[in-house]
Amino acid sequence: MSRNQNVRRDGLEGPEPEERKRPVGRRNSQGIRVDPEVEVEHEPRRTIISAYVADEPGVLARVSGLFHRRQFNIESLTVGPTQNEGYSRITMVIEEPDPGIEQAKKQLNKLLPVVHVRELDEKPVARELVILKVDGDEPDKVQAITEMYGGETLDAGPRTITVQITGDESKIDDALDAYEQFGIREIARTGQAALARGEAETARVDETHT
Amino acid sequence: MSGEPKQAPAEADASDAAATGPTEVETGADAVVRALENAGVEHLFGVQGGAIMPVYDALYSSEMTHVTMAHEQGAAHAADAYGIVSGDPGVCMATSGPGATNLVTGLADSNMDSDPVVALTGQVPTDFVGSDAFQETDTVGVTGPITKANFFSDDPESVGTDVGTAFALAKRGRQGPTLVDLPKDVTKGAASEDPGEPRTPSTYSPPETAAPEAVSEATDVLAAADRPVILAGGGVIKAEACEELREFAVEHEIPVVTTMPAIGTFPEDHELSLEMAGMHGTGYANMAITMTDCMLAVGTRFDDRLTGGVETFAPDAEIIHVDIDAAEISKNVEADYPLLGDAKAVLEQLATAMPRSPEADEWREQCREWKQEYPMDYAAPEDDPVKPQYVVEAFDSATADDTIVTTGVGQHQMWACQYWTYTEPRTWVSSHGLGAMGYGVPSAIGAKLAADDDQEVVCFDGDGSFLMTCQGLSVAVREELDITIVVLNNAAIGMVRQWQDAFFGQRHMASEYPWVPDFDTLAEAFGARGFRIESYDEVESVVAEALEYDGPSVVDAHIDPGENVYPMVPSGGDNGLFALAEDQL
Repeated sequence: MSRNQNVRRDGLEGPEPEERKRPVGRRNSQGIRVDPEVEVEHEPRRTIISAYVADEPGVLARVSGLFHRRQFNIESLTVGPTQNEGYSRITMVIEEPDPGIEQAKKQLNKLLPVVHVRELDEKPVARELVILKVDGDEPDKVQAITEMYGGETLDAGPRTITVQITGDESKIDDALDAYEQFGIREIARTGQAALARGEAETARVDETHT
Repeated sequence: MSGEPKQAPAEADASDAAATGPTEVETGADAVVRALENAGVEHLFGVQGGAIMPVYDALYSSEMTHVTMAHEQGAAHAADAYGIVSGDPGVCMATSGPGATNLVTGLADSNMDSDPVVALTGQVPTDFVGSDAFQETDTVGVTGPITKANFFSDDPESVGTDVGTAFALAKRGRQGPTLVDLPKDVTKGAASEDPGEPRTPSTYSPPETAAPEAVSEATDVLAAADRPVILAGGGVIKAEACEELREFAVEHEIPVVTTMPAIGTFPEDHELSLEMAGMHGTGYANMAITMTDCMLAVGTRFDDRLTGGVETFAPDAEIIHVDIDAAEISKNVEADYPLLGDAKAVLEQLATAMPRSPEADEWREQCREWKQEYPMDYAAPEDDPVKPQYVVEAFDSATADDTIVTTGVGQHQMWACQYWTYTEPRTWVSSHGLGAMGYGVPSAIGAKLAADDDQEVVCFDGDGSFLMTCQGLSVAVREELDITIVVLNNAAIGMVRQWQDAFFGQRHMASEYPWVPDFDTLAEAFGARGFRIESYDEVESVVAEALEYDGPSVVDAHIDPGENVYPMVPSGGDNGLFALAEDQL
């Protein structure tokens, strides 16, 4: 299968690699010029991206497909209607180094149905809801923990108790730890929904998009 | 090699349908056709089929010319080449299901190369959508990731507008392929509105000029550079900015390298030209982009075949990056001076803002030395077999400067890059980013139909690449297209074999053909003219005869199977350490 194995393959003339001039600089794996002496890479960080989108068929598939094929690390994604009919807000929690966050925003912006994209920095108002179902053997203790986390009992029966907790991500994580002792049967988490804090706009939207 | 080509019967004689003026809109299909007419479309490339039949029926009396292709992949590639050569979106059509999925390779190619293309696909009637009906595919779902935008049209009254929007989007901003999926009930449904001129959505606003402060910062840096270089990308051609780039480079005496899609932006016979950089770029281009201290990169996305490993890409350089797509800025290589805008407009801004020319005599002298140190020569012994480079050069010398070269993908494509001297934009037509074998024959068809009447088209193909789409010869013969297809035949998927030689211990798995057809005889069977080159003394006469022949011809050039493509930067490698021969890899 290798009948040409011994055929001579000529190359080109010129100084060999080791005889050539060499640059002094270096870039890191993100294409950023760095001090040759130090290794500098951006560390991933977790952030919330909010997108205001036209509510047309397939828009969620386009957004999630984009994140998947460009390998952005997405933690959660929520979508729901806004005050403006025909428009939805998608809230994404992603964990990426700074260049990845920038890319995610820019790539989202290129999708036609996406009207506005921003990263919600400076402490956004962000909440998540979890519904969890635990064994019903110790209803009083369950009730106490639910009250402690400002939750609500949604369903209680002889064998199971289902509660709802709302809060920021760390509060929900803590609550889940607290319920662990009762035996958690099932969990449904919504992922975070978020708005910019105070006067700041979550999405800059002109009249054509309201 | 006998006889005249068999002429297929003339195209279905629709002249009795007296094409007069634009299509009257009575159905959704009429609106589709009218939208294309309004957009100034002259040629369509496609294949008939069930779900798209209403649109074809509406074409019956249109003045637009439809070219029936042998396969939908060819329709997409032909439309892509048409877009590259003409600058206006090429249009391809296919039916639902297999017709649409056969377009996918072509659309992915157009998407990677930002070529303007509009695809129209038939779809099952809306009531059947989602039922796994005959020839149903989720075309919008399948093509979402490989189109700039796509639309599912569900209303006969707005279907024409959708097509106009798709056309406008394909051309405006960063160009690319768009698709409109046309359910059969929508194209058959009643419509009355002329869809009007193509328009992008009111919300679509690509950047035009760059921020003046950013331009002035960038020009200060460039003017102060010791080792400046211009990296021209395909966006320069897309933006019709070649004149501006040439004037800027010449005025300030800055050496120019190009990416592969940008071949032709800057004349390769100019003293400032260092030609193409990257994996199989010239040694001098790769030295220049490695040693530069300031790179003006225009309309390029810093593809990995250009950069090699980004850690070693132009590591001393401050990078000024002009691009129309914000997402390309600092995607692969960080831009120190991002200039977001249209290449033509920004080059004009740069020309105005440039305070003085960089003092770079030494650098230019260095570039000249590199040109002498790393000549694109090849060992061409007198005895056969013929070297592929020699065949490329022979065609180059025998043709005019405005001749269009199209290619398949593989070694032959690289030799066509390296050994043809390009001086004009839109004369180089290839599958760059996707690297789609089979691009050659259909692209020659599309290019020929977009070319000026007296402009020649030469397609370099490989034997592997040619075998993928040679059925397109039937189209070239039927349409009486004067194209010359040169198969650089080494009876192998040569580029794969080259990699096997270098990186897989010469284990030639599935890369060599025990035999290949006689391509000259195959050509004759199609009704094209076939020629064969087996020795150096045949080259000159065959080149002359093949070019002279008025119709499609195929030159089966039996080349030295031992020839590989150099220089070469291995994938992810350091451009400055390009290998001149296999033992340097």
